[in-house]
Amino acid sequence: MTNGLTRVLAVASGGGHWEQLMLLRATLDNYDIRFATTELALAVQHGIANAARLPDCNQNTPVRSLLCAMAALWTVLKHRPQVVVSTGAAPGFFCILAGRLIGARTLWIDSVANGEELSLCGKLSQRWAHECWTQWEHLGTDSRARYFGAVL
Amino acid sequence: MILVTVGMQLGFDRLIAAMDALAPTLGRQVIAQTGKGRYVPQNMDARAKIAPAAFEKLVQQSALIVSHAGIGTVLTAARFSTPIILIPRRAALGEHRNDHQLATVDQLSGRPGVLVAMNESQLSARIAEGLALRDLPEVQSPTSRQLHAALAAFIENRRL
Repeated sequence: MTNGLTRVLAVASGGGHWEQLMLLRATLDNYDIRFATTELALAVQHGIANAARLPDCNQNTPVRSLLCAMAALWTVLKHRPQVVVSTGAAPGFFCILAGRLIGARTLWIDSVANGEELSLCGKLSQRWAHECWTQWEHLGTDSRARYFGAVL
Repeated sequence: MILVTVGMQLGFDRLIAAMDALAPTLGRQVIAQTGKGRYVPQNMDARAKIAPAAFEKLVQQSALIVSHAGIGTVLTAARFSTPIILIPRRAALGEHRNDHQLATVDQLSGRPGVLVAMNESQLSARIAEGLALRDLPEVQSPTSRQLHAALAAFIENRRL
């Protein structure tokens, strides 16, 4: 459909994570973008009709996490993104893992809410994503969590 | 219209009471989302909770938001370019488990559209400043511009 543009899957859970993804939309919309979220109603609110749905999950919900991991894999296999970007939380991390399986370049942008330390998924992304960025300059000290500005 | 909000999880009566006292002097409608607080406002249109879609609409319509230092509200305000005044919850006053909102205001202070009142006595001055901000042209912060540029570079596989 959109020949020549990089295929990007952008993932965020509902709430603050989604807010931050939407603040990046001016840039994301320059590509062949597909969104995935846990609350489709939020996507619709932003005029995105074709967002992929992921079950919400966190470290305390093992069964839903498994379901979410499978849904993430399905979403990634279906859309074959060349780039996966997530502003959190766990469902986005699963999409990054799935993205690695198909050779996508993956980017974790840790929430601006994490001003004291990276989130758990952020810490995992330091190892599993190609890039892990923090939005706080003072946390971006080492090469595995880099600082390139913030949504605010 | 001015929107006061304390988030859904906890009350923040110090802010609600201070804004209730100021409300008659502001010459505008003041709507307050009071959360789990006990103070009953006399001079503001108050409700404990506001549904997300309705809340967004209010943020969009407001000239100014006065809020606890919760990042969710800051992000919503940023999306609609509505100026926001943040007042941090204090653990010593039983307003939160810890003082992380102090760190939040410290780090957000000075960003476009964000004003900080360290306590309720500074609210009146900050409100005057915030209402004056309203007519400023919309500006993207340098940090936001930087992040957008880095994101584009990453997607296009250019050097970061």
